[in-house]
Amino acid sequence: MGRMGVGEFPAVRYADVVVIAPQDRLDHANGDAFSAALEPYLADCRPGGVHLVLDLSALRYVSSAGLRCFMLAAKQAKTQGGEVVIAGMQTVVREIFEISRFTLLFRVFADVGAALDALSPRAAQAYRSR
Amino acid sequence: MRTRFWGTRGSLPVALTSAGVRRKLRAALTYAAASGITDADALIAHLDRDADFAVTHTYGGHSACVELDAGSGEFIVCDLGSGARPLGNALMERAEAGRPRVVNVFLSHVHWDHIMGFPFFAPAYDPAWTIRIHGGHAELEQALRLQQSAPCFPVDFERLAARIEFVRLVPGAVFASNGVEVAIKPQRHSGDSYGYRFVHAGRSIVYTTDSEHRPEDVEEAAGFVEFFRGADLVVFDAMYSLLDAISVKEDWGHSSNIVAVELCQRAAVKHLCLFHHEPAYDDEQIEQVLKETVRFEELTRGDLAPLRISSASDGLEIDV
Repeated sequence: MGRMGVGEFPAVRYADVVVIAPQDRLDHANGDAFSAALEPYLADCRPGGVHLVLDLSALRYVSSAGLRCFMLAAKQAKTQGGEVVIAGMQTVVREIFEISRFTLLFRVFADVGAALDALSPRAAQAYRSR
Repeated sequence: MRTRFWGTRGSLPVALTSAGVRRKLRAALTYAAASGITDADALIAHLDRDADFAVTHTYGGHSACVELDAGSGEFIVCDLGSGARPLGNALMERAEAGRPRVVNVFLSHVHWDHIMGFPFFAPAYDPAWTIRIHGGHAELEQALRLQQSAPCFPVDFERLAARIEFVRLVPGAVFASNGVEVAIKPQRHSGDSYGYRFVHAGRSIVYTTDSEHRPEDVEEAAGFVEFFRGADLVVFDAMYSLLDAISVKEDWGHSSNIVAVELCQRAAVKHLCLFHHEPAYDDEQIEQVLKETVRFEELTRGDLAPLRISSASDGLEIDV
């Protein structure tokens, strides 16, 4: 396990999975900063690299600009043969995902533990022994 | 001012299918059987109260044509999609009751679905009528003549009997007609499109269709917020889901219900009307989009005043 990101976008690495957790709001005001924070992990989101989990448990609101950041991340990862998944959405954000049809773009898990179980046994073990 | 919708579908006119009629019939009969009501009028009254719009009505299938009616004076029409055919017949009747035989048309653009009704617009064939076609494009006249020439159509544009004038509008300027002030705004669409803001007797209506909005373009969004500012009604192209609009259908020139709500909330708009419905959607899907949009507005309202939300249907009238 290793803590990497700070502030609005804390990131933690568990074996071959990076979990990044945007806080509070994601919109036009901080969308570019989020994409910049995501970029180094996204670049390595490929076979033999890392999986990316977006932990949205601390996100209260996401605008169309914020959703676009998620879409671009999913698109880049797919192009590279990797995958970005979503974990821990609160009710409001989950409804926004459903209404905007973003649930069609991602695998969605109840929480980070469930996401790691699906993505990597090593990462799941590291997460539970943290 | 009354907004009367004659065509609300995007891209291509569609018709209610037999399968769609059968679904409505089944839902209505199921309701009737469960209610025990046998009187037809009473049943319809109960259905209107309890059932979805998609059960008791249809959103219709004509392509874009919207009338703004100040109650007197010259007629005002936005776009001449296939809804212009029934509109033309209605205007002929109203002119018989004394209204001036003058139609001021404002075209968002000249793509086919927005002009295809003109060859079937009855006033165009009557020498007593004047039809002024306004728009931001240089090709207004060229486009209307082209669609009404061989081999595409049997009646050439030259055979139209009405006095037909073309007026090119300049973005930024305010155009006054018939006691109505009209402002025009360029929009992102293949070949460009234009939105219109109409102000009459202190009430404002924005007609903005075939307009793509990029969530990342902060400056562009700010411009639309100003254009929409405080409007009593915004008729907005919400053809796609947000995901489709910014991914697989990026550059297709349309927008989503999500961006519609975001812009209208920022602009303190009073009433948003979803418009330019996806032709592949049936009534149930269009109503589902409306319900989800209403929910999205509730989720994101915060301390803002509530935004009323409707979904346009052929025959709908909204007064502001």
